[in-house]
Amino acid sequence: MLKLLIIAIDSMLISNIVLMRFLGICPYIGVSKKQETAAGMGFAVIFVMVMATLISYLLQIYVLNPLKLEYLQTIVFIFVIAALVQIVEITMKKIAPTLFDALGIYLPLITTNCTILGVAILNIQKNYNLIETIVFSLSTGIGYFIAIYLFAGIREKLDWADVPEPFKGPAIGIITAGLMSLAFFGFTGLVKM
Amino acid sequence: MNNVFKKLFNGIWTNNPVLVLLLGFCPTLAVSTTVNNAVGMAFAATFVLVSSNIVISSIRKFVPNKMRIPVFIIVIATFVTIVDLVLYGYLPKLHKSLGVFIPLIVVNCIVLGRAEAFASKNNVFDSFLDGLGMGLGFLLTIVVLATIREVIGNGTFFGKNLFGLSYSPAIVAILPPGAFLTIGLLLGGMNFINIKNKEREKMRKKLEKESLKTQKEVK
Repeated sequence: MLKLLIIAIDSMLISNIVLMRFLGICPYIGVSKKQETAAGMGFAVIFVMVMATLISYLLQIYVLNPLKLEYLQTIVFIFVIAALVQIVEITMKKIAPTLFDALGIYLPLITTNCTILGVAILNIQKNYNLIETIVFSLSTGIGYFIAIYLFAGIREKLDWADVPEPFKGPAIGIITAGLMSLAFFGFTGLVKM
Repeated sequence: MNNVFKKLFNGIWTNNPVLVLLLGFCPTLAVSTTVNNAVGMAFAATFVLVSSNIVISSIRKFVPNKMRIPVFIIVIATFVTIVDLVLYGYLPKLHKSLGVFIPLIVVNCIVLGRAEAFASKNNVFDSFLDGLGMGLGFLLTIVVLATIREVIGNGTFFGKNLFGLSYSPAIVAILPPGAFLTIGLLLGGMNFINIKNKEREKMRKKLEKESLKTQKEVK
């Protein structure tokens, strides 16, 4: 139980997926101009991340490992994720249209989001069991949500700030992310691994 | 020949994949803690970029339009697997320090982006040049970033001590926040140069016009 808590806090705050591990920076900067869209993207990432990590974990344990096909990991995982996003999109459209309206446009973006593949691979490298896998992927997703939602809040305020001409747009955004990352460093030492 | 340089320059400066197109930030930031890692990553990515561009442009006529993205991804993933296994076999130390970012070249937006935007529409030689140019642009950016970070944050360059033992490095530069701050400043610097160039161009045109006017008046 304690180990699960440690995994959760570690992947949410201490080694935050965006600010400490540098995964998923493109959508982090691309889709963070408004808090609403940032929240939509964040939820979509949580949803897909848990499913993708779970399925790729099961595939690795029950298919790739017994057949000694570990070298196909990259190809298999990227395909599973691409297919999964398609399936999620179609089923969501049928079963939960309101949810689809909220998250629909973000789903295709997620296929090329390196967080999903990155977490799926990291999860295998860390040798987690089934429950730990779920906790790890869920809390990493929540960590992504926290980072992108806070960032969007700051960027909304930045629109009113007097920024020097060359730094307008992405440049000041990335520097802001740097300061956020510095702030997140304060969480180091919260848990001793 | 001129055309060749133009294509390469396009990747290095005008359309620099990282600083102008804002693609491929994740590996750039994550692997630039030391120059050594940065060079390794850049060569791996360039290899994948060039070879997938060549293959994709040579099969572009047989691939049905609707199937193209999955086909591109298979081609890219194959080359990434090759790089992964080669590094694991011959440079295990580098393989370990690059870690998860080698398989993640698959989802590096630079590679898929160039396959989709360039290689699927142009001939093999041009695609090769485009891949090489983009790869060089990536190499240059990541090496500049890594040099700044390693020199400030560790006082070393390629692992060699620069300032002697009395220098106490500003560790923040090699920590994650330093990556964001440095690339943000680089981006601002590049914008600054571009804005200055544009202003200079404007001034020159204005001056030319005025001098033409005075010439006419004199006549």
